[in-house]
Amino acid sequence: MTGQVVVTGISVAAPNGLGAADWWPATCGGKNGIARITHFDPSAYPARLAGQVPGFQAEQYLSSRLLPQTDRVTRLSLVVADWALADADVTPANLPDFDMGVITASSAGGFEFGQGELRNLWSRGSQYVSAYQSFAWFYAVNSGQISIRHGLKGPSGVVVSEGAGGLDAVAQARRQIRKGTALIVTGGVDASICPWGWAAQLSTGKLSTSDEPTRAYLPFDRDARGYVPGEGGALLITEEARTARARGARIYGEIAGYGATMDPRPGSGRPPGLRAAIALALADAGMEPGGIDVVFADGAADPVADRTEAEAIGAVFGDRSVPVTVPKTMTGRLYSGAASLDLAAAFFTIRDGVIPPTMHIDPCRDYALDLVIGQPRRARVRAALVLARGSGGFNSAMVVRAAD
Amino acid sequence: MADNNAFTLDDLRSTLRQAAGVAEDVDLDGDIFDTDFEALGYESLALLEVGSLVERQYGISLDEVAINDARTPRAFIDAVNTQLAAVS
Repeated sequence: MTGQVVVTGISVAAPNGLGAADWWPATCGGKNGIARITHFDPSAYPARLAGQVPGFQAEQYLSSRLLPQTDRVTRLSLVVADWALADADVTPANLPDFDMGVITASSAGGFEFGQGELRNLWSRGSQYVSAYQSFAWFYAVNSGQISIRHGLKGPSGVVVSEGAGGLDAVAQARRQIRKGTALIVTGGVDASICPWGWAAQLSTGKLSTSDEPTRAYLPFDRDARGYVPGEGGALLITEEARTARARGARIYGEIAGYGATMDPRPGSGRPPGLRAAIALALADAGMEPGGIDVVFADGAADPVADRTEAEAIGAVFGDRSVPVTVPKTMTGRLYSGAASLDLAAAFFTIRDGVIPPTMHIDPCRDYALDLVIGQPRRARVRAALVLARGSGGFNSAMVVRAAD
Repeated sequence: MADNNAFTLDDLRSTLRQAAGVAEDVDLDGDIFDTDFEALGYESLALLEVGSLVERQYGISLDEVAINDARTPRAFIDAVNTQLAAVS
């Protein structure tokens, strides 16, 4: 099946803006969401900066029935899903249950909830562990709770491929829509900025230990020194194009192409898989590289990974021949939320003709990239390429384009 | 067992609020004695959580089958009071 799949609703929770209406102008304006951690006291840890979603009061949006059974990541997911459905002007109660599903990505599940229950177990005893721990920690919990809240009983699930998940989930949603489901809520939100989550993230050795919010996460910069983690992400309402048009939906654009590869085993001597993922996505979209008007890069801020990405982009598009941007320099890396947030940015870029900037970096001259730095750039954008990589060797690329 | 030790509907209400919260369209303070827990928005996991809190607060061990079979506040309260009577 090659049916057209379109996006009709978008909402986000990001460190530099809660809700699309706050976040998008902030992102175009270069607003930084990276700061010293406030969720807990980070002084004793080697890394102390993160991108935290500001001003989120779950009890404003969710009943007290949901609060005892949800981690912060699930609360964020539920609220962002509500907003995305509203943005799509969809009322699930009026549609057939089995024609709608939820496919999200997650890299950590409900970590802080799990931390609290482990603390209860070891400090007070097993009778103090919440029965809700049985699912509140789990990767699939965001999909499950969104499904229950809105009665979405069609194909649902979770994709776990770390940073690539924000694209892989949307690709899975597209597959299910092509198999006949009318609407899928998809994308990714991650949030595990708590002591236990932080310890797990520190174990990779890839976090920036800088204390300067504008110098800590510098992809494609000679001073690249690791990344700053963040929380948040985006959820999209994806629909079969004819159904969406029939109901008069506003259409942001289509999920036009997707490709995914795994990197070879380290030391194998074989090349990394990112370039092949880009080629697969372009072929899937039936497009030549020249049709792409902007690339949202993964931006690992690790010298080797940055070089791999710069070379992959250069090999496909040629030196400095397509604008490249990394808005996540304002949010930190949101794991499975990151690429979904980039998809949201790509659709708004197509809508508004404004490419959001890459902030804080002085690009390394070794990379032949046309980076959009410091200021947004006006451009007519009909198609965008979003790149995402996940720890463990995941490479994904997605082409989105205007649907009219 | 003295009556003032008995587990009342109000005790259940406060335990439900604390352990599992209240659904948006439910009036827990209404006449709920014989209302199905499901209609009040509480599934089996919520009742497990409520039972666990009662056990900790009253220092008793509840009969799992009786709690699991309790479909209404009346049945749940009876199950708790049976245990309270047994240990007094």
